[in-house]
Amino acid sequence: MKSYVQIENVQMSFSTRQGEFVALKDIDLKIERGEFITLIGHSGCGKSTLLNLIAGLLLPTDGVMLCADREIAGPGPDRGVVFQNHSLLPWLTCFDNVYLAVERVFGATEDKALLRQRTKEALALVHLSHAEQKYPHEISGGMKQRVGIARALSMQPRVLLMDEPFGALDALTRAHLQDELMKIVAATNSTVVMVTHDVDEAVLLSDRIVMMTNGPAATIGEILTVDLPKPRNRLALATDARYHALRGGVLEFLYQKQAKEAA
Amino acid sequence: MMKARKFFAEHIFPPLLGLGMFVLVWGMVTQTSENLPGPMKTWDSAVVLFSDPFYQNGPNDQGIGWNVLNSLGRVGIGFSLAALIGIPLGFMIGRFNFLNKMTSPIVSMLRPVSPLAWLPIGLLVFNASNPAAIWVIFISSIWPMIINTAMGVRQLPQDYLNVARVLNLSEWKIFTRILFPATLPYMLTGIRLAIGTAWLVIVAAEMLTGGVGIGFWVWDEWNNLNVEHIIIAIFIVGIVGLLLETMLVRIAKRFSY
Repeated sequence: MKSYVQIENVQMSFSTRQGEFVALKDIDLKIERGEFITLIGHSGCGKSTLLNLIAGLLLPTDGVMLCADREIAGPGPDRGVVFQNHSLLPWLTCFDNVYLAVERVFGATEDKALLRQRTKEALALVHLSHAEQKYPHEISGGMKQRVGIARALSMQPRVLLMDEPFGALDALTRAHLQDELMKIVAATNSTVVMVTHDVDEAVLLSDRIVMMTNGPAATIGEILTVDLPKPRNRLALATDARYHALRGGVLEFLYQKQAKEAA
Repeated sequence: MMKARKFFAEHIFPPLLGLGMFVLVWGMVTQTSENLPGPMKTWDSAVVLFSDPFYQNGPNDQGIGWNVLNSLGRVGIGFSLAALIGIPLGFMIGRFNFLNKMTSPIVSMLRPVSPLAWLPIGLLVFNASNPAAIWVIFISSIWPMIINTAMGVRQLPQDYLNVARVLNLSEWKIFTRILFPATLPYMLTGIRLAIGTAWLVIVAAEMLTGGVGIGFWVWDEWNNLNVEHIIIAIFIVGIVGLLLETMLVRIAKRFSY
């Protein structure tokens, strides 16, 4: 069977004032349907660049990128993106923020009642039905991020792309949202690619952890398969020896093999 | 009770004190001059003036209400025309860099010119004083609207544009859902600056063009040597300007996110 997302020999360079800057090179990655992949690495390793390439916000200077056998030539609603800073439009209510996405994807084929129902379902999925008519500035950071997830999921994307979605949240809210994300992903059987710099988050959520070497010219260093059974429970894992072994593996990669001096 | 007293001490008393001292200084200054009317004399004159604000005794002798309304009308027309042309132009200049580079030397050169310098051109082209006054208002209020709208468009956060790209929105949806609402606060700043300048300029323009209006009224009262009325006119212009400003600040607050 062909892989869902295929990245072959991809290279990404930016032209800067100092000349060509190679951010990524020799990236090869195959992502299967229903897989949860996290990209981890030190800051500046190009993990967000890789995510933006899959999103189509950037185009690779070299190599092939396919999603469901079609070349990624630009952004599209088949790849839903959750941004780090939620990026909700402040002049629209939560409902309208999600509706904007739903309307774009399904507006041509479905009537308004159906579009509204889809929007409501997406918000119900992230437990925000009570905040539908609130504006982004009236809700907490965690709730905004949930609206962002609802917006991305409402388009029924083939792949959900998340760029450090919980990075700006406090530890408790983050844990809460990770638990919710696990349930949503299990319920919708989504394919997810998530950028993170949180080792625990990576081990808790992933099927595979893609560890990247330091830039410039960063590439994939190792890929760690997380074979912990699902559903996972953070309390049970806290005393699980396999969890700690995996966690140790990521830490070893980050702080020994790819040790970085404090910038 | 305590709360009311605190509110009075913090919000009512200081401006009242300021106004009181202003009137006091005014009274003291006029003691030394024979020509300048004092506060009491001006007040008496104002009571007479405002007792019948809407009388009409021919084209050159009308109530103060008509004068103010006529001036406001000119400002309204000139300002609306400027908004109609300036705001779309600002959007295009902000969106297309080529257009920005093309127009920026012209805008930078013409903006510092006193709007009154355009009055003779208006008189020449329109052959009438009323359209010429409106033309001056148009010129004075178009610059802040172009410049602020264009700045708002240029300062659109990249995040919002990324949302537009990821959702693959149409140009029309980008405009109505992202570009326009994001630019609105800047646009309103431009409108506020424009109406401030327009109201500032109308007095001078009307002094030159004549007709019914607060500016010409001032000039007329100067010729009559009715200095009380000139002082009253200064207050009226100030208060109307303040009201316009307050109104627009209220509207702008409604649209700040």
